[in-house]
Amino acid sequence: MSVATQQQEELAAARPPGGRARTPLAGFAVRRLAQAAGVLLGVTLVVFMLERLTPGSIAHAILGPRASPRAVAAFNAANGLDQPLPIQYLDYLWRLLHGNLSYSYRLNQSVGALIAQEVPNDLILVGLGLTLALILALPLGIAQAVHRGRAFDRILTTVGLGLYAMPAYWLALLLIAGLSIGARLLPPEAGQSSAPAGILADPMGLVLPVLTLTLVNVAWFSRYMRSAALETLAQDYVRLARAKGLPERLVLARHVLRNSLLGVVTLLGMSVPMLLTSGLVVEYVFNVPGVGLSYWTAAANADYPVELGVTVVVALATVLGSALADIAYALLDPRVHLRQETQ
Amino acid sequence: MTLKLRDRPAVATGLTLILLLLCFCFLGPLLYQTDQTHANVAITNLGPSGAHPLGTDANGYDVLGRLMVGGRASLEIGLAVALLATSFGALWGAVAGLAGGALDALMMRAVDTLLALPAIFVLIYLATVTQPTLPLLIGVISLLSWLGPARLIRGESLSLRSREFVDAARGMGATSARIVVRHVLPGTLGTLVVNATFQVADAIILLATLSFLGFGLPAPATSWGGMLYQGTSYLLDGYWWEVYPAGLMIMVTVIAFNLVGDSLRSSFLAP
Repeated sequence: MSVATQQQEELAAARPPGGRARTPLAGFAVRRLAQAAGVLLGVTLVVFMLERLTPGSIAHAILGPRASPRAVAAFNAANGLDQPLPIQYLDYLWRLLHGNLSYSYRLNQSVGALIAQEVPNDLILVGLGLTLALILALPLGIAQAVHRGRAFDRILTTVGLGLYAMPAYWLALLLIAGLSIGARLLPPEAGQSSAPAGILADPMGLVLPVLTLTLVNVAWFSRYMRSAALETLAQDYVRLARAKGLPERLVLARHVLRNSLLGVVTLLGMSVPMLLTSGLVVEYVFNVPGVGLSYWTAAANADYPVELGVTVVVALATVLGSALADIAYALLDPRVHLRQETQ
Repeated sequence: MTLKLRDRPAVATGLTLILLLLCFCFLGPLLYQTDQTHANVAITNLGPSGAHPLGTDANGYDVLGRLMVGGRASLEIGLAVALLATSFGALWGAVAGLAGGALDALMMRAVDTLLALPAIFVLIYLATVTQPTLPLLIGVISLLSWLGPARLIRGESLSLRSREFVDAARGMGATSARIVVRHVLPGTLGTLVVNATFQVADAIILLATLSFLGFGLPAPATSWGGMLYQGTSYLLDGYWWEVYPAGLMIMVTVIAFNLVGDSLRSSFLAP
C-alpha cells in the first residue's frame, strides 16, 4: 500500500461515522492529553500515599505531639480523616480538581495562594535563564557541528563537559566567590521585595542567578543541539541544497537551523523537571523569593502541606510540558502523529 | 563489544580517575587515619598545615580525611544505585517489551507516572519525614532512577522479540522467563553498561544536591555535597579549604563517569 493511500485511509478512519470531521492531529492531541491526565491521576495517588507516610498522624503533625485524643478525634472528623482511605483519596482528588492545594498551618495561608504569589518570580528567573541559554546554545551547537572535530569544537565540547559536570550550586558558589566576594561587582543575593514579580525591582541582584541558570542550561542544550545539527547535516536535503550551489550561510539558516529547531521543541518539553530543580537550587543559593525557596523553607520546618502541594504542581508542569511538546512537534512535523496512527 | 581505537584514551583516562577515586576513598582512610566521629572545638577552621594538609572544618574534623569519608558515601550510593536501578529497570523493560499488549501499556504508564515525580522534591520530602540513612537513600534514589533504563530496554526488547532467535527459543519450549534472561537481556548489554555508567554520575549529583540543600546524611556522616553545604557558610571568611576541595571532588567524579559513558556509547551504540 502506498503512503498516499495509507494516509487517505487514516483520514477516513479518523472521521467518526456520522460525526463531524476530525483531523488526525486533533485526535492525536486528544489522545496525548488523555494519556497525560492518566499519568497525573497516578501522580496524585503517589503523592496521596506519600502524605500518609507522615509519621504519627496528620492530626499530630498539625496539633502538636501532645494533642489530646479528643482534639485528635475532632480534627480527624472535621477533615474527613476518619473515613476509609479510598474515600479520603477521592476527597483529596475532588479538592485538587477545585484548585485546592490544601492549607499551611505554619504560614496560615493556603498553599495555592502561596504559589500564586511567588510564581511570577520563578517565571522571570527560569524564563530568562532559558531564553538566554537558547540564544547562546543554538548557534554554538550548529557551529560545533559544522566544525566537527576541529579545535573550536573540541574546546567547546571540553568546556561543555566541565559545565555539564558542575552542579548548579557549585557553579553558583564559584560565581559568588569570583564576582561577588572577589571582584565586588555584583550582589550575591536577589532583590527581596515581596511585591508580585518583586525580583525585577533589583536588576543587579538578578544577574548572578540568571547567569548561573543560563550556563547550566547552555551546557545541556548545546550538547543536544550539536548532535541534532550533526544529524541534520547528514541529510540528503542538505546535500542537495549544497549541490545546487546554495551559499553555505543560507544552507545553515534555511535548512539546518530550521530543522534542528524541531528538536528544540522536544528538548524544552523534556527539560521542565531539570529547569525546576536547578531553579530550586539557585533560589536557595541566591535567596530568591520564589516557589523553590518556599519549598526549601517548608521542608526545613516540616510544613508538609506546602511540600506536597508544590510537588503536585511541579509534576503537573512536567506532564503538561511533555504533552504540549509532543503536540507542538506533531503540529510542526505531521509525519510523527501519522506514524503513530498506523501503529 | 569492542572499544573503537579512538575511544580508548578517553575510557582509559576515565577508568584511571575512577580507580584513583576508589583508592582515595576506600584505601585512603587506612593510610591517613583521622577522627571523623568526635567534634573537636579546639581546632576548628584551621588553615592547611603539616598536621592537617587541607585544614579543619567548623567541627574540627580534618578536611582531607573527611573528603575520604564523604566520598565513600557518594561512591557507595552511586554504584549501588546504578546496579539496582539498572538491573530492575532492565528487567521491567524487558518483560514489558516482550509481553506487549495491555500488560506492556500498564507497566509503561507506571513508569510515566513515576517519571513525572520530581526526584529532588520527593527526596527532600522523605528526608523531612524520616532520618535519611545510607541504605534508605540507596533504596529511594534507585526507586526514582530505574525509569530511564526501563524505557530504553523496553524499546530494545520490542525490536528483539521479533527476531528469529527468540522465535526459535520459543519454538523449543523456552519459558518467557528464560527468554528474557538468556536471550533478550544479553542483547541489550551495551545499552545497559552505558546507561549504568551515567546512572552512577546522576546518583552522585542527586545525593550531592540533596546534601547541599541540607537534607543529606545526618552528622557525623557526610558526603561531598554535605561538606559544601557546611563550607558555604564560611565562603565570606575565606576558609577556601572547606569549600573548593569537596566541589572539585564532585566534579572530577562526575566527569570521570561521563567520560567513560560517552566513549562507551560511541563505541557500542553508534551506528
